[in-house]
Amino acid sequence: MTRLDFMQGNVASAEGAIAAGCRFFGGYPITPSTEIAERMAARLPRVGGTFIQMEDEIASIAAVIGASWTGMKAMTATSGPGFSLMLENLGFAVMTETPLVVVDIQRGGPSTGQPTMSSQGDMLQCRYGSHGDIATIALAPASVQEMYDLTVKAFNLAERFRCPAFVMADEIVGHMRERIEIPGSVEVAKRRPLEPGRLPFAAGPDLVPGFPSFGRGYRVHVTGLTHDERGYPATNDEAVHAALVERLVTKVESSRREIADYEVMNPDADVVIVCYGAPARTVLQLAAEQAGPPVGVLRFRVVWPFPEHALGEFPNAEAFIVPEQNMGQLAREIERHTSLPVVPVPKLGGDLHTPGELARVVEEVRRR
Amino acid sequence: MTFETWLRADRLPHIWCSGCSNGTILNCTLTAVDDLGLDPDRTVFVGGIGCSSRSVGYVATDSLHTTHGRALAFATGVKLADPTLNVLVFTGDGDLAAIGGNHFIHSCRRNIDLTVVCMNNLIYGMTGGQGSPTTPPGALSTTTPYGASEPAFDLAQLAVAAGANYVARWTSYHVRELERAIRAGIETPGLSFIEVRASCPTNYGRRNRLRDVTDQIEIFRTRSMLKAKYDRLVAAGSPVPPDAIVVGEFVRRANPVMGVPP
Ligand SMILES: Cc1ncc(C[n+]2csc(CCOP(=O)(O)OP(=O)(O)O)c2C)c(N)n1
Ligand code: SF4
Repeated sequence: MTRLDFMQGNVASAEGAIAAGCRFFGGYPITPSTEIAERMAARLPRVGGTFIQMEDEIASIAAVIGASWTGMKAMTATSGPGFSLMLENLGFAVMTETPLVVVDIQRGGPSTGQPTMSSQGDMLQCRYGSHGDIATIALAPASVQEMYDLTVKAFNLAERFRCPAFVMADEIVGHMRERIEIPGSVEVAKRRPLEPGRLPFAAGPDLVPGFPSFGRGYRVHVTGLTHDERGYPATNDEAVHAALVERLVTKVESSRREIADYEVMNPDADVVIVCYGAPARTVLQLAAEQAGPPVGVLRFRVVWPFPEHALGEFPNAEAFIVPEQNMGQLAREIERHTSLPVVPVPKLGGDLHTPGELARVVEEVRRR
Repeated sequence: MTFETWLRADRLPHIWCSGCSNGTILNCTLTAVDDLGLDPDRTVFVGGIGCSSRSVGYVATDSLHTTHGRALAFATGVKLADPTLNVLVFTGDGDLAAIGGNHFIHSCRRNIDLTVVCMNNLIYGMTGGQGSPTTPPGALSTTTPYGASEPAFDLAQLAVAAGANYVARWTSYHVRELERAIRAGIETPGLSFIEVRASCPTNYGRRNRLRDVTDQIEIFRTRSMLKAKYDRLVAAGSPVPPDAIVVGEFVRRANPVMGVPP
């Protein structure tokens, strides 16, 4: 039965994780994500799970990967500086096809930056931060409800595609308190075991091999080195390397329509605001309250793989306006997929754009 | 023990140079797990990056070959998620004590139930012979061309100080003692650390007048001093040869542990 509650975004994310079956959390405290670790420390022991505070973020994500290989659903939560430390091992998770979830409550950077202020500065870090070529699954909640819902979804996508899934939230959504409806049960993806007789890294048509959990007699070798379908190192074989990396990227990229999740308002509009995360709240308010011709809204709940086809939902669009709490990270990606003008509206420092600010940009763009 | 129980025949030949002691140490470890009757299906080997860490890829159990320095952090996740698994770690001096130093001391502090075998060859073997935190002062390496000038870590003492329940040091010459130590390590709940002084003729020996494989082994044979004798000398205020390799059991205790089934 659905239960009404009033809670903080970070707490909602932790609750979503537990509902999705997460039973392992390894983490390191960092503002503004720490409430997730604290909630998991309190909750996991009561549901038969394990919480551990590791010595740093490198160790945190390593422990999460290790736990995942026993077949357990596992996660960590962090913010920009910690996410940077995790990058090498996140590449390992991609290479070894390890399902896991990282919640990044973004704060102002670079460096220690603004620990308590909101930002969307890690959107490219999560996409391109790893060395080598990777595909990324990243979700962007804009409410406490979505902190819950999209954390559940991230776990399901991680299982479906056997890769890390990122909940790229921001300080505002992480720390705000709102009404939330907690569903009595949620749809939970189970880890699909390796089919008998198949090599551990040999994929079928969906490009995602079944998972040979440790301790079940598969006797699998897992390595971050380029490996063949047996999982054995084949580091000097061009063809093996190319086939492996192409499959790892393609299994996600070719499913961008399946993974896509976005909201469309006023599809006939001439000017469209593209948004995600906390700034979307201002955009939705503007669209609801604005006098004059309606402004289109495209709000992404999934940012990576970039749902480029969604831009086509606005046949009359003449320009895309992109308010972000960064200097135009997603705006650049949108430019790659349209010949129409793309107008970034960067906002640094931690505050949201005001509806007035965005209304002025809309007017300006219309005047052009 | 049959070869096929514990080794992947289809991964041979291995990558190690002739005269490398990693194979001997792997052998001793597998003899120990076999003697104890560990179930290969319920045993996981975890390694970092380096010639030593590559050992995990030759073992016919579930194995996790991770990133440089992080083996213990990965192993912590495996063990905590399923404490009924036997988890062993292969690592090198660079992997464990340089890039992985923080994970090393914290794993000992937590006293998590892992058995860690460190192949300490005093050098970065895999990357071609750079100095490591255990390279002795004066020794030559590609990054200490005028002789190492930094003091070296005593890994066994570090593990004792950080809280591990079982700590021993042997050399690749002492195969029986090493097997026994690894067995004792597996049997002792909590973190067990077995440092094995290892030979790397290619990247350490060659530059340090230990050109022949046997030169290094001869040093292990002649310069090793039992911990008990070393303690006696120290207690009596007698001089200890500066190049003595102190071998034996450093600690065996029953402090509270993490990662054992309730
Ligand atoms: C993050 C990172 N830094 C550096 C390296 C390069 N690297 C590979 S092995 C190694 C040193 C290994 O030395 P050790 O752990 O002593 O093992 P050995 O090869 O001597 O057995 C280094 C520096 C790496 N793989 N990853
Ligand atoms: S370089 Fe040294 S440690 Fe590596 S395989 Fe050769 S002898 Fe062994």
